[in-house]
Amino acid sequence: MKKVLTGNFAAAYGATAAKVNVISAYPITPQTTIVEILSEIVADGELNAEFVKVESEHSALACCIGAQATGARTFTATSSQGLALMHELIHWAARARLPIIMVNVNRAMAPGWSIWADATDSISQRDTGWIQMYCENNQEVFDTVLMSYKISESESVMLPALINLDAFFLSHTSQVVDLYNEARIDQFLSKYDPKIKLDVDDPHAFGALTSPEHYYEFSYKMHEAQINAIRVIKEVGQEFGKIFGRTYDLTESYRCDDAELILVSYGTIAGTAKEAVDQMRNSGIVVGVLKIRYFRPFPTEDVIKALHPAKKVGVIDRAVSYGQSGPFFNEIRSTLYHESTPLYGFIAGLGGRDVSTHDIENMVDIMQNDPAQDLIWIGVKNVD
Amino acid sequence: MGKKQKNDQPVEFKSIKDMPDTPTSVGSMLVNKTSTWRSIRPVIIDEKCKRCMICWKYCPEPAIHPTDPPSVDYNYCKGCGICYEECPFDAIIIEQEGK
Repeated sequence: MKKVLTGNFAAAYGATAAKVNVISAYPITPQTTIVEILSEIVADGELNAEFVKVESEHSALACCIGAQATGARTFTATSSQGLALMHELIHWAARARLPIIMVNVNRAMAPGWSIWADATDSISQRDTGWIQMYCENNQEVFDTVLMSYKISESESVMLPALINLDAFFLSHTSQVVDLYNEARIDQFLSKYDPKIKLDVDDPHAFGALTSPEHYYEFSYKMHEAQINAIRVIKEVGQEFGKIFGRTYDLTESYRCDDAELILVSYGTIAGTAKEAVDQMRNSGIVVGVLKIRYFRPFPTEDVIKALHPAKKVGVIDRAVSYGQSGPFFNEIRSTLYHESTPLYGFIAGLGGRDVSTHDIENMVDIMQNDPAQDLIWIGVKNVD
Repeated sequence: MGKKQKNDQPVEFKSIKDMPDTPTSVGSMLVNKTSTWRSIRPVIIDEKCKRCMICWKYCPEPAIHPTDPPSVDYNYCKGCGICYEECPFDAIIIEQEGK
């Protein structure tokens, strides 16, 4: 069944299709309509789930952690300051190896108060152990929520996942989304059944004080699970394609095979870049786009392979790692350490500023004519 | 997977594959005795104790075992005195450590 949906609806319908048991959320700004839609779906009896309204985002994730530990499938959603407030428990959820799925609408951090698109909020959660991915369109939001339960609940992964979508460009923009049919979704996603859970008949200590005797090995296993996730994301992406007709991977190459210049980006900017690439190819510029879907685990090998043919690579970040450069640029530079490809690091669209095809053409123009630079601010105004 | 422990040693894993993913019943607290800084100790007086188990319910650690009479596990009791405060029958007294 196809519907015209905003990204927020796509996320809420994704959680509904995954038949989550517990949803917990804090409803005030910067929260989006994702949880409002879910509260209506639960109230209407269309989803048999507990909707737990709490007093903060910190409590929302705490609630999901407790519920998930009992063997329930959980969901929450947040944005910017709300995600930041969860930070302590974001670590906890991952180290407790609870496959919670959270949708984050990428919004800029305050001050100044902003509800517009910027990925700094989620990238600040980089080292928590969560799987972290970025969506380009609303179909991908719906599909990724569904796939993420299967990926995260895989025995070799058991890690929570953060699914990101750009504020307004996806969250409040309507696009056609295929919601599939329920029988096929049930065929794809089975019930969550963890090996150890909170159970009065089989008591275990959870999250206890852990001495140096064991802590190090748990960290090792977290990393191992992230690496396992690379394989699982590919397998689930393939299986999803067989059932629903859309195949997914950690990255997506768009017209990269023969490209002399490749632009790397994520989220909606990747979509704009595809459009710009089509236009530039019409005027003879041989350019392609590598869309990175997964920031963690980082698809190192796929990126090396995809970028190998390029004479020059530009990375577009809608985020900054202050005092260094764009966060994805850092990843790409580290990944291509053994290659001699000139790299261009573009910062664009911070705080929701529009990134147009014209801006992308401007970047390609810089790549064609200027020497490589780690940090190029596109569209920054009034700089002397 | 976590194993039920009878001795006072943590679970030893021959392979990292045998370890659970998260600190769940790995027994590290069996060797990590968290009571070395206790300055006072609660002592349960059997003759006064009515076995109401209020001390067991209130102990935040939990370092009181629901035996008959209840018993304090001094390997983990920090001497917070909550059991002493809560006992309705004055069946728990506080002694100074090191005397």
